[in-house]
Amino acid sequence: MKSSLENKAIDTFSYLFMIIFSIFCILPFILIISSSVSDEKSVQLTGFALIPKQFSLLAYEVIFQDNTIFTAYRTTIIFTVVGTILCLIITSAMAYAISVKTFTHRNKIAFFVYFTMLFSGGLIPSYLLISKYLGLSDNILVYIVPALVNPFNMFLLRNFFKQIPDSLAESAKIDGANDIYILFKIILPLAKPALATIGLFYGLGFWNEWFTATLYINDKDLYSLQYLIMKVLREVEFMYQLDYMQGVIVDYVKPNNTVKMATAVVTVGPIIFVYPFLQKYFIKGLVVGAVKG
Amino acid sequence: MNVALSNNKADSVVMKKRKKSIISDVKQNFYLYLLVLPGVLYFLIFKYLPMVGVVVAFQDFNAVKGFFKSEFVGLKNFEYFFTSKDWLIVTWNTVFLNILFLFTGLFFAILIAIVLSEISNKYFKKVTQSLVILPNFISWTLVSMFVFALLSTDIGLINSVLKAFGFIQEGQEISFYSNPDLWVAILVVLKIWKGAGFGSVIYLAAIAGIDQEIYEAAKIDGATRLQCITKITLPQLKTTVVLLTLFGIGDIFQGDLGMIYAIVGDNPNLYQTTDVIDTYVFRMLRQMNDISMSTAIGLYQSLVGLVIVFVTNHLAKKYDSDSAIF
Repeated sequence: MKSSLENKAIDTFSYLFMIIFSIFCILPFILIISSSVSDEKSVQLTGFALIPKQFSLLAYEVIFQDNTIFTAYRTTIIFTVVGTILCLIITSAMAYAISVKTFTHRNKIAFFVYFTMLFSGGLIPSYLLISKYLGLSDNILVYIVPALVNPFNMFLLRNFFKQIPDSLAESAKIDGANDIYILFKIILPLAKPALATIGLFYGLGFWNEWFTATLYINDKDLYSLQYLIMKVLREVEFMYQLDYMQGVIVDYVKPNNTVKMATAVVTVGPIIFVYPFLQKYFIKGLVVGAVKG
Repeated sequence: MNVALSNNKADSVVMKKRKKSIISDVKQNFYLYLLVLPGVLYFLIFKYLPMVGVVVAFQDFNAVKGFFKSEFVGLKNFEYFFTSKDWLIVTWNTVFLNILFLFTGLFFAILIAIVLSEISNKYFKKVTQSLVILPNFISWTLVSMFVFALLSTDIGLINSVLKAFGFIQEGQEISFYSNPDLWVAILVVLKIWKGAGFGSVIYLAAIAGIDQEIYEAAKIDGATRLQCITKITLPQLKTTVVLLTLFGIGDIFQGDLGMIYAIVGDNPNLYQTTDVIDTYVFRMLRQMNDISMSTAIGLYQSLVGLVIVFVTNHLAKKYDSDSAIF
C-alpha cells in the first residue's frame, strides 16, 4: 500500500514538475509573439499580454517596409553558412590529425590547444590585434576568422574519432590512400552524428552572434540579426533613424514596443524551425563524444 | 566531459621506438601536418599572439606610438585598479554570481534528469525535454527582449499581473531597472531558464548508463522507488557531478560577458550587483578608451583564473584521482 502511494506521489511530482518547467521555458516566447501581433495603443494602455487584446499586424508591415531586416538576414546567413563549413573543415582536420596514434607530436599539439582553454590574453589584446593590426573592422570576415576553431568542439570531435577502429584507416593506407583522403572518405562519413552536433554548436554560435558586432562593426549593412535586436531594444534614436519608422504614425502613436517584439520574433523564427530536426542528432553526438572521453 | 589530454602508455612506446630526425618525421606524417596546420596557425595568431599582447598592461599604451614604442610604466596600471574600490566589487560580483549559477544550475539539471527518467510516457518525455532544452539555443540579446517584455515598469507583464491580482496599486509598480537588489535573483532565474534543460542532457546520459541489474536487485530486496533514486541513481551520478563542478569552479573567475552585457547593458543603476570583471573591462575600453588599464585588469583575471584551475585540479587529485581534469 505504502509503496503504491509513493509511486503515485513520484509520478505526480514528475509530470507536474515537467509541465510547470516546460511552461516556464516557453512562456517568454508566447509573450513576445503575442505582443508582436498586438495593437500598440492597447500595449501602452494595459501592457504586454500573453493573449493579444487587440490584434494588429502593423508592426510586421512596418519592419518589412525597408530592407534593414533583410540586409541583416543576408549578412547573418552568409557568415553562418560559410563560417560553419570552414569551422567544420578546419576543426575536423585538426581533430583527426591528433587522433592518429602514430602522429608523433599529437600530445604536444593537444596541449598547445588545451592551454588556450586555461589562459588567455584577455579581451583587449585580441581587440587590438583584430581591429588595429589585422584591420578586420567592418569586414564580414571578422565574424568568421577569429572563431574558426573552438577547443571544446575540437576535443569533442577528437574523442569521437578515437573510437573509430584504427584498422579502417590502416587498411586504406596499405591501399595507398593518404590521410586527407582517409579523413574525407572514410572517417567523416562515419562521424556524422558528431559532425551534426558540433555543426549545430558552431551554426548557432554564428547565428546568435552580436558581441563581435558591438566591437568591430559600424557599417549598417554588416549588422548581424542579433545585433539589430540589441540596437532596436536599447536605442530609441536608432529606431527612428530606420526608414521604416519615419512617417509611421498611427493615431499619434509610434508602434515602438510592438516593432521591438516583431523584430525579435522574425530573428528567432529559423531556430525554432530547424531545432526539431537537429535535436535527435545532437543529443546522440554530445553523449557519445563526452561520456567516453 | 573529459576533454583533457590522455597520455596513453601505448603512445609513449610508439614514440620511443621511432625516435627519428625531424625531416623523416615530417616526410612520414606530411599529410597529418598539413591537416593540423590551419588549426595551429589559428591558435597561434588568435590565441597566442594576444598572450604576448598583455605586455600592453605594463605600458602607457598610445595608439599612435603603437605596441612597440609605447612607454613602459611598470605596475602603475595594476596599482590604480587595486586602489580603487571597484576591484573588490567586480571581483566579488563575478565569483558570487558564478557560484550561484553553478549550484542552482547543477540542482535543476539533476532534478530535470531524474524526473525525466522517472516518466514512463515516451511521448510526454520527448516533448517536454525538447521544450526545456530549447532556451539554450536562444541568444542573450533575445533574452534581454524577453526581460524587457516581462520587467518593464509601465508595460511589463509582471507588473500588470501583480496589479491584476491586487498585490500592488496603480503607481506602485516595481521599477526593476533601477533596483540592483533584485538582479542577482533575476540573473539566476534567467540562467536556469536558459541552461538547466540543456545541462540535464549529460546527467540523463549518465543515468541511462547505470547498470539496470542494480535496480532489479534492489527491487527484489524490497527497495521502493524513492529509495532507488536516493540510494542508487544519485550516488551513481557522483563522478559526473564532481567533474562538471570542477569545470565550473575552474571558470569561476570568468564573468559571463555575453549574458550580463546583453541584459544589463550600460545601466549604472545596476552595477552594484551585476558588474563583473568582464563587463568592467569592456566598459573601460569603450567609455574611457583606456587600453592599458583594461588589459591589466584582464591579465589579473586570467592569472587568478589559471591559479584557480590548478588548485582545483590539485584538490581533485587528492580527493579522487579519477576526478582530476588533467
